[in-house]
Amino acid sequence: MPGWHSTETASAGLKIEQRGSDTVLIFAGRLDAEGAGSLWHNTLHAAGRAHALPLRFDLSAVSACDMTGAAMLLAAERAHGTPVPIDGADPRVTALLHRARPASVEAAPPKSAPGRSIGGHCVAGLTAVGDGIAFLGEALVAVLRLPTRGRMLRGADLLRYADQAGVRAVPLVMLLGYLMGMILAFQSAIPMRQYGADLFVANLVTISLLRELGPLLSAVILAGRTGSAFAAEIGTMKVNQEIDALTTMGLDPMTMLVLPRLIAVMAVLPALAMTLDIAGLAGMVTVLRCFGFPFAAIMHQVQAAATITDLFGGLFKAVCFGAAIAAIGCRAGMGTGYGPRAVGLSATAAVVGGIISTIALDGVLALLFYRLHL
Amino acid sequence: MTIPPTVLPAIDPPPIVQVSGVGQRFGTRIIFRDVSFSVAAGEVFVILGGSGCGKSTLLNQMIGLLPPTAGDIDIAGQRITGKHGAAGRHASQRSFGVMFQSGALFGSMTLLQNVMLPLQMFTNLPEDGCEAVARVKLGLVGLGHAVTLMPAEISGGMAKRAGIARAMALDPHILFLDEPSAGLDPVTSAGLDRLILDLRADLGATFVVVTHELASILTIADRCLMLDAAAHPDSGGVIAMGDPRTLRDTSTDPKVHAFFHRETLEAA
Repeated sequence: MPGWHSTETASAGLKIEQRGSDTVLIFAGRLDAEGAGSLWHNTLHAAGRAHALPLRFDLSAVSACDMTGAAMLLAAERAHGTPVPIDGADPRVTALLHRARPASVEAAPPKSAPGRSIGGHCVAGLTAVGDGIAFLGEALVAVLRLPTRGRMLRGADLLRYADQAGVRAVPLVMLLGYLMGMILAFQSAIPMRQYGADLFVANLVTISLLRELGPLLSAVILAGRTGSAFAAEIGTMKVNQEIDALTTMGLDPMTMLVLPRLIAVMAVLPALAMTLDIAGLAGMVTVLRCFGFPFAAIMHQVQAAATITDLFGGLFKAVCFGAAIAAIGCRAGMGTGYGPRAVGLSATAAVVGGIISTIALDGVLALLFYRLHL
Repeated sequence: MTIPPTVLPAIDPPPIVQVSGVGQRFGTRIIFRDVSFSVAAGEVFVILGGSGCGKSTLLNQMIGLLPPTAGDIDIAGQRITGKHGAAGRHASQRSFGVMFQSGALFGSMTLLQNVMLPLQMFTNLPEDGCEAVARVKLGLVGLGHAVTLMPAEISGGMAKRAGIARAMALDPHILFLDEPSAGLDPVTSAGLDRLILDLRADLGATFVVVTHELASILTIADRCLMLDAAAHPDSGGVIAMGDPRTLRDTSTDPKVHAFFHRETLEAA
């Protein structure tokens, strides 16, 4: 141990002296956040080096000490390992140390969460699937009990959700549909022109839009706009205990909160898909007109290509997608944990789940339509 | 080698809150029109009054969240209102800490991280230093056992105490507390009152507390200010100011009497 060593900053100083067998840490100046910050490392280092040797703190030159300074002295005492006598301390500093000492006791380190194994992931995934099925079951029960609980399904709510999910999404759906129609027509026309088949672009775009793109794209828009909004809205209600309040009043949250959203979305998504179809066809017509094809010829191709089965098949898909998105959004909201972060997580889960389920469902329905020769 | 003499800076002047002729209106609705008071260093000053009288509005003005529509406010010698108020607010920010009514803890951080955040941002303490200081602050409010919990995992009373610990993180001269004991059990509430008095005694901290908990007011307040939404226009919104115990025993104002004796206005 050297005879002494000093550290000094603008507001505080530390000097280490050897007085007989005692190592003395002499502090000066202000032991506040700034002073303690500059002396922290050296103080703890010196106290640690004096381990098992007599150590004293001299505070006679300290002009001010706050709780941060007290925390530093106590941390140094811990680093030394035994209680350290203090000389020259102002009575207020002594009182401060007296109060801070029991508060500075180290809490047990947090239990680190064990990493989830592959099996754990599988179990969690299966549990989530099970929860989803249970939720659908609850929704079905709510539908079956609707005749006796008709008053809980409020028409005003239904219209509000239909407006929120449907009417307000129309401009976005029309814009996206029009652009998609134009892009599809333009990109297809370039290779097809080599075979002199560019008028058949109309057939291609019509079938693509009616069977696939109309319902799929409008479902993706709905998942982003409305699925997340449902999750956030119901999630916030959960956090604010509004759902608990409904339950304790004897009102069924499934009937009051989930069913109107489910019905509204199932009703408006086919309309949105149809809107997207029409906007997409308009985009395609714009491109083909620019290529010089007469309007009558384009319409003739559209009528030849499209069948009523294509249209209704697409609209049926839209109903299924709407049900999946609304159910996943509401399920994510009802499963919200506590705290502001939980609502964000639910909204994210609703969007991701909505889009994935839409695409998976699309694959299943494509297979079904193929088997049914539709 | 000799040790250079340590130059000790002068002790800080007493922190002070000065509110001069402050008014607040929202559109045509006047909350209060002329509130003036000053808080001396080391004082516990309580703002009280019934619901909707403007207590929290006045607090928001003092902590710089709401510019008053009239009057001036000085915090720790800095004018935080008027044309150069932004510079004053910035300069005075380190001198005060605020505990919000709900605790306002950051939900994505543990209690320890909540208290460490200001230390990490505004001091040159090393990481272990920030942690040790934050542990002491949480220990002082009785949360030493709960430092690793998330805000969502604790009760409302614990959140308030953690909010106080975070407000104290930088050892500010002034602590503004918004309804610290509302919704707490009497024992926890009494513990918070004790903590306020201890911190005042040990650190010389100044407290401006908004509350309407009568027991708390009578225990901690050196002086209090009572606001009333329906006060006579000449009073500017303040219906009483002074030692709460004296007000309780001597005030002839029916509203003050009713408040301190837990009576209805008709009975008062």
